Amino acid sequence: MNASFWDWSYAWSVLPSLLEGLKITVFATVIGSAIAVVFGLVLCMLRLARVPVVSQVVWFLVEFLRGTPFLVQLYFIFYVLPHYGILFSPLTTGVIALGIYGSARAAEFYRAALETIPTGQWEACLTLGLPIRHVWTGVIFPQMWPIAVPMLGNLVIAMFKDTAILSTITVLELVARAKDAGFQSFRYLEPLTMAGLLFWIVSYAAARGIRYLESRNAH
Amino acid sequence: MPTDAPIPTEKGARGDILKMRDLRKAFGSRTVLDGVDVDVKAGEKVALIGPSGSGKTTILRMAIGLTKPDSGTIQIEDKYLWHEMRNGQLAPSGEKNARISRRPVGMVFQQFNLFPHMTALQNVREPMVQVLGLSRKEADAHAATLLDQVGLSTHKDKRPAQLSGGQQQRVAIARSLGLKPKVMLFDEVTSALDPELVGEVLRVLRELSHASDMAMLLVTHEIKFAADIADRVLMFDQGKIIEDGPPSQVIGDPQVLRTRQFLRAVNER
Repeated sequence: MNASFWDWSYAWSVLPSLLEGLKITVFATVIGSAIAVVFGLVLCMLRLARVPVVSQVVWFLVEFLRGTPFLVQLYFIFYVLPHYGILFSPLTTGVIALGIYGSARAAEFYRAALETIPTGQWEACLTLGLPIRHVWTGVIFPQMWPIAVPMLGNLVIAMFKDTAILSTITVLELVARAKDAGFQSFRYLEPLTMAGLLFWIVSYAAARGIRYLESRNAH
Repeated sequence: MPTDAPIPTEKGARGDILKMRDLRKAFGSRTVLDGVDVDVKAGEKVALIGPSGSGKTTILRMAIGLTKPDSGTIQIEDKYLWHEMRNGQLAPSGEKNARISRRPVGMVFQQFNLFPHMTALQNVREPMVQVLGLSRKEADAHAATLLDQVGLSTHKDKRPAQLSGGQQQRVAIARSLGLKPKVMLFDEVTSALDPELVGEVLRVLRELSHASDMAMLLVTHEIKFAADIADRVLMFDQGKIIEDGPPSQVIGDPQVLRTRQFLRAVNER
């Protein structure tokens, strides 16, 4: 039996397919985190708005989404909703699920960032009579961003890795491609190793990018 | 409507700019204000003294609506802060009405509360742009003048973190002045400062008290300073005003035993 340890020509032959998969992985991450960053802020604001019922519902939603496995949420959208006439393509389902789960987590990060702003800032705004819109855009958000951005960055990296789970609903992202290649040739070593490496390269680069942003925001 | 139109009330003379009636407040089981009346005439300088927890800071915060009383009324000029007239009857009203009513009042805090992401000039300018609706150019010019007045013309492009506590407090004073308040509240504005920086802030306050025709309410532990600039001193103890009169009386020749004890304790520091 000739079990060569690492077959370079085989590795090269599956690389194009893996890169195709990486494209989908990155696409799902970008759209999913865009939803999370925007919708997470909306959730955070709704929760804070002290509108009876709305705040409680949003609170429950956020806690529920954070407290249940992503896989269950994904399966729910993929397998349950179509029974009620809500049907998306696998990729769309994956992006929506990532976005919803990410929103709940982002909402918590926004809340944490908001809590670091001293009460005195709000009191100054109130006593000066600043219009409420300007209180947010001119005073609170500018102080919130430098704190929220690194947290959101880490969330994006976590979501990037979570996209692997989309392979379970037939999205042909990086992991699904690696598994397919292995299934066809009975060699899993090269495709899975390379898939792991590709994940690592992208997330490591992103983490460095976030640290750079952080250091630039430090002053 | 002319703002100087006198509103007849059972108490409080013509020209009172601030009328606070029977204010009560409890935090949990602790009563901080136990039926307090304060009237302030336009331009009057009033010092609020007393032991900590006696209610003086709470009264100050109530005068601008940072703390809502459990009961009692607050009138600024002719407007109620937490009430409005509905069918000739006084009815409770909310934050929206308070926003309008508190407009003539400004406040300077113990902890400065400057906006850390803005320069000194921007701190002073932004409220003028946002609240008074001045153009950025007008506001810049006006803000520069104000910073010059408090002795900070060379620091106008610095952020709060680059300024000393005394300088930050002077920026905060300029920021409040920019909105041309008719009543200005000073909440222990030198208490957070290093001792050597207290003087520069007191100097600004002293100048203001002479040059400005706005009413000033100061919660302060600087008794000598209070005696110097105040027209009137209110002595607080356990949620009540126990002595009210000119500094020559309340500080110079206190009539109430508790006031005498307090002043003696302060002087022994």
